Amino acid sequence: MKRVTLLRILVILGAIGLLEGLIHAGIVPRFTIIPPSEMASALAAILASGKLKVDIAVTLTNVAVAIVASMAAGVTIGTVLQRAAALRRILDPLFATYYAIPMYAFYPLLIVVFGLGDVPQICIGFLLAVMAVIINTLNGLDRVPRVLLKAARMHRMSALRTALRIRLPYAAPYIFTGFKLAVAYSFIGVIGAEFITSSRGIGYEISFAYNNFDNRLMYGLILFVLALVLTVNMSLHAWEKRLMMRRQR
Amino acid sequence: MKARDTLILVAVVLVAWQLLYWAVGSIAFRSPAETVRSAAVLLADPRFMPHVRESMLAFAEAFAIAVLIGLSIGVTLGASRLASEVAEPILVALYSIPKVTLYPVILLVFGIGMPAKVAFGAIHGIVPISIFALNAIRNINPVYLRTGQVLRLSPWAAARKILIPAALPEIVTGIRAGFCLTLIGTLLGEMFGAQRGLGHLLMQAMTRHNMDSIMALTLLLVVFAATVNGLLLALDHRLHRRV
Amino acid sequence: MSPVGGDAPVHVTLRGITRVYPAQAAQPPVHALGPIDLDLRQGEFFAVVGPSGCGKSTLLDVIAGLAVASAGDARFEGQAIDGSVPDGIGVVFQEDSSFPWLTVHDNIAFGLRELGRPADVVQAKVKYALDFMGLADFAQAYPAQLSGGMRQRVCIARTLVLEPRLILLDEPFGALDQQTRLLMGDELLRLWRETGATILLITHALDEATMLADRVGVMSARPGRFLEIVTTGWPRERDSTIVADPRFGGLTSRIWTLLRGESLRALGHTGVRR
Ligand SMILES: Nc1ncnc2c1ncn2[C@@H]1O[C@H](COP(=O)(O)OP(=O)(O)OP(=O)(O)O)[C@@H](O)[C@H]1O
Ligand SMILES: [Mg+2]
Repeated sequence: MKRVTLLRILVILGAIGLLEGLIHAGIVPRFTIIPPSEMASALAAILASGKLKVDIAVTLTNVAVAIVASMAAGVTIGTVLQRAAALRRILDPLFATYYAIPMYAFYPLLIVVFGLGDVPQICIGFLLAVMAVIINTLNGLDRVPRVLLKAARMHRMSALRTALRIRLPYAAPYIFTGFKLAVAYSFIGVIGAEFITSSRGIGYEISFAYNNFDNRLMYGLILFVLALVLTVNMSLHAWEKRLMMRRQR
Repeated sequence: MKARDTLILVAVVLVAWQLLYWAVGSIAFRSPAETVRSAAVLLADPRFMPHVRESMLAFAEAFAIAVLIGLSIGVTLGASRLASEVAEPILVALYSIPKVTLYPVILLVFGIGMPAKVAFGAIHGIVPISIFALNAIRNINPVYLRTGQVLRLSPWAAARKILIPAALPEIVTGIRAGFCLTLIGTLLGEMFGAQRGLGHLLMQAMTRHNMDSIMALTLLLVVFAATVNGLLLALDHRLHRRV
Repeated sequence: MSPVGGDAPVHVTLRGITRVYPAQAAQPPVHALGPIDLDLRQGEFFAVVGPSGCGKSTLLDVIAGLAVASAGDARFEGQAIDGSVPDGIGVVFQEDSSFPWLTVHDNIAFGLRELGRPADVVQAKVKYALDFMGLADFAQAYPAQLSGGMRQRVCIARTLVLEPRLILLDEPFGALDQQTRLLMGDELLRLWRETGATILLITHALDEATMLADRVGVMSARPGRFLEIVTTGWPRERDSTIVADPRFGGLTSRIWTLLRGESLRALGHTGVRR
């Protein structure tokens, strides 16, 4: 394993150990935070009991739907916009302010429009995620060197084939960055929306546990979310690094 | 040119909004005109301003903390190659966690009230600001620094004349991202653990299904965020054009 | 005696070719090229030299059909070139155009696969090109892992496997050191003889032009026109040892005399010296 990776793991383990120590030493009170080791055993108990199987499945499904939808829509919209300069210029201020908009403020509207099912949560995740994909797709496509497009014309390729075989492959690393963000935003959006108002899902269960002073359940679930998101994110990071290795000059 | 495009965009949004209103109906939705009217009523209400003040105060504190801590973390880590390589993926991973799930922890630590919202706003802003600052420092072309050495600049002069100008544009981009996220974080904080503030009003309107208030508050928040972000963006562009 | 006699059929015809880049924001229109009149004969090796920015790449773009002439008539094998690349033309660009997401092997196979050639044909041709270009050990490497000169060889191979009848090369050896340059020149001559293709080579190295070409077109500063077309008169069977030929120095210095004033002009020393 590389030294940096090793150090990184040590830093993370150190932080967990420090928290554990502070709590056992009584510096951080137990009714505020339970030690990480107890969070882990609480999580194990939750998973073993299977009573939150449905919530976990619901959340993961909704996150997955948001991810896939935002990736597909984002790449398509980005590709089209890159060719429609006038439209893009008009939408540019929207792109620039998009992430300043408090997206959760639209949640009540979404509930009104789509009802109390899974769709509003998915929508929030999608709305947060899709712009990251669009922006990164545009960024990648803008960078395609002109000489590669000339090469495409020399090979007498159609516009569609040029997009599929030259433009998108060239932009792939940038689009991948967009995907990585889309995964993060889908989790943030879906779980956040569940937290605000919903009747099921991990986010809902965390807020339910908080309101019922069930710290073990709450921290078990928080640990679950953290571990899940960090694992997914770090794996994508490693994969991206591998992909980029070949491309780095 | 730019102003015209923005106007076109605003017009397009208004038209889309009106069309959506006709499609969805008035039970659960309000037209642009009605929303502007309720927003005006809200602004004229003497009971509204204290909430605005409360939110702005919380946001200002949170943002100041986020900038201070974010820059310290980013600059410190960015100065060392090893530290930045170790830390960057951790920071990016922290950025990607759904911070709402941490809100109960914040409430348990700080209790309901001002400190909790400030803390919650700040944790949203710290991470992006530190990521951008870290990369800004790390990616300074080493040739610039060596040029400083060749010119025998004092460390202070090197920082003022080379480091800061070279890193500033990226740092400002990070501060802009941090601004947006801190605002969202503060509002989210008010939605749960607070008795005052715009976030609290929004949550109250949601539980009471008060459509007028929901729409008016959403509009005011979006306009505020978009305006300040626009100003920061202009500064951002100015700085980036230089390099 | 030039190997390409006046009797070989005309392959490329240019009449009054001019290219003006349209005005852009606060930038007046740029008259980049022409008018150019030129006939390239079938199987000829033609080199173009000229001061930087005189329109050489623009000329190549027009012949390739990658850019439309603002005025004039361009024909390839009798057909008008009208803004799309005609079949049978291969181009090696001045900039690195290797595809960073494909291995060296897949880069070279790219055009053949686009044409839908059967896998075994692709395999055989790519293998031959890899050997020919000295890239066999790097077939599975990505362009990022190669030197600039090797990447340029990948681009040359990617074009040559298509067996174009007209090959346009824009400073293909620009990234190479002098020794490799000479050897690559030999390879290019060998390939030219074996395939019988017509070659138009843009270069900034005068000795390279003299050594490789049947004729060398010397261009003026922008807007580029041909000041003179120098016939070398080398035999078709030749290689880099021709630099030792007594006539070599004379030809090269003749070209340099023509170019010197133009190059100064291109640098902005307008009318300073005669
Ligand atoms: N896309 C463009 N838009 C406007 N002007 C251009 C464009 N491309 C080239 N030019 C101008 O046309 C002139 C000729 O350019 P060209 O690239 O053909 O020169 P060149 O002879 O190939 O130069 P070099 O030897 O440096 O490669 C230059 O003055 C350049 O500034
Ligand atoms: Mg050129």
